[in-house]
Amino acid sequence: MSSEAQRHFDVLVIGGGPAGMAAAARAAECGVRVGIVDDNFRLGGQIWRGESDAARSDHERSNVSQNTEASRWADRLRASGATALCGLRVVHQPDPGVLLAENLDGFCELTYDKLVLATGARERFLPFPGWTLLNVMGAGGLQAMVKCGLPIQGKRVVVAGTGPLLLAVASYLRQHGAEIPVICEQASWKSLAKFGLTLFSWPQKIIQGFQLKRDLAEVPFAANSWPLAAHGQKTLESVTISRAGKNQNIPCDYLACGFHLVPNVELPLLLGCAVDKGCVQVDDLQTTTVPSVLCAGEPTSIGGVELALIEGQIAGLAAARRGFEAKVLFGKRQKARRFAGLLDHTFSLRSELQSLSLPDTIVCRCEDVSYSRLRQHRSWREAKLHARCGMGPCQGRVCGPATQFLFNWNPDSVRPPVFPARVETLAAVTGQSQLQHSEVTGGRS
Amino acid sequence: MPNQITVTVNGTPVLVPSGATVAVAMVLVGQVCRTSVSGEPRGPLCGMGICFECRVAIGGVSHCRSCQVLCEQGMQVTTEN
Repeated sequence: MSSEAQRHFDVLVIGGGPAGMAAAARAAECGVRVGIVDDNFRLGGQIWRGESDAARSDHERSNVSQNTEASRWADRLRASGATALCGLRVVHQPDPGVLLAENLDGFCELTYDKLVLATGARERFLPFPGWTLLNVMGAGGLQAMVKCGLPIQGKRVVVAGTGPLLLAVASYLRQHGAEIPVICEQASWKSLAKFGLTLFSWPQKIIQGFQLKRDLAEVPFAANSWPLAAHGQKTLESVTISRAGKNQNIPCDYLACGFHLVPNVELPLLLGCAVDKGCVQVDDLQTTTVPSVLCAGEPTSIGGVELALIEGQIAGLAAARRGFEAKVLFGKRQKARRFAGLLDHTFSLRSELQSLSLPDTIVCRCEDVSYSRLRQHRSWREAKLHARCGMGPCQGRVCGPATQFLFNWNPDSVRPPVFPARVETLAAVTGQSQLQHSEVTGGRS
Repeated sequence: MPNQITVTVNGTPVLVPSGATVAVAMVLVGQVCRTSVSGEPRGPLCGMGICFECRVAIGGVSHCRSCQVLCEQGMQVTTEN
């Protein structure tokens, strides 16, 4: 790959998960010049992590379950001629139509005619006593670690929180030899039952459901259950859960705990895209309120792979000025969006989870701000100014959604850089940098 | 491709499976990634480059999210506190 510090694409896609891959493939198939950027070291996003790249290690290859959809899209993207730039993270928009990105070795400027944001989602974390101990991780977080080589064979893992991800993670960990003493789902049996019944309208998801059920046979699944506290000196030793009204202590090696997902809207906000109730607003062709910027997948609503692929395809076609071809997908998208609404409703958080924190429980992990210090403040902004909550390197990505649930605070606008960046990178914005631009590595053409 | 590679964590050589991230290496050897501002030991949480709890110095570059960097033979990893 060339070492130019500036690259132009007709269509630039940010995010290499299902939505981004579908957008990039469909756009590139129309004959325009497409780049797809992801900050991980390979494409696939979180859901297809380690399953979509032929270059994965033997370790991964032997452990990967057959995911034909992931490899189909990876093949299609490769054949489309789109340029993949992995290990590259967008940190700033110095001028409209220009994005500044950096990797381990340096930085570059990316310019575009149309931009597709497919920035995905992250897990929602809720604070409880002991959640900062080593080996307490997100549910998707632990799965990602195992996919990246963490041995889990013979380890005891309590899976807790809420959302369909818990079952998928438990199933994955079990296939890799973990013992799962219990899956704790905070939602009630009643709402889960409703969810299950409604799933009959989505045949493909029912098949997934049966597979999960088979994988998870003999694993206790407890609804109305959630973690109360994690215990250990430095590293996790056990977890106390509230299991259908009774407290129970369970010794374990890992706690995999996440409370469904929140859209990553920091970059869309930075670019000026309108966001409502945490989701990026888009029109029929996935265009945001900024005409040159489109958005697809989880940032528009948490709807899973199926919706992400449909929205990604529509966005890709629209960005390549072939929006008329995308109309055949509108019906499918509408159906998948109804499923997204159902997810939101089924896995909404119960109010008991608001009182898990003790006064000294840390809520903002970057700056070690405790629950009692936050409780004194009336707004996110006030807590930032007075207690430094959300002022650390994660920029409120972890504590923001938590305080939104705990105190009903609304994290306000974002400021550049949207991720912590190196001084050399930011110096480029001012035009004063005389530093050597390093080659942008990790890409595949 | 060798099945195991060696990286150095705070001067100590560590064998890790090839294809592992630096965060995995840190958990494998029970190494704390960082010490928080109030002195708590911290390790990986999100596994996807969001939370910054797994940050370490890699090859002299500080504040690298270890969950997003693959181990390479001879890589020098140091914790920053």
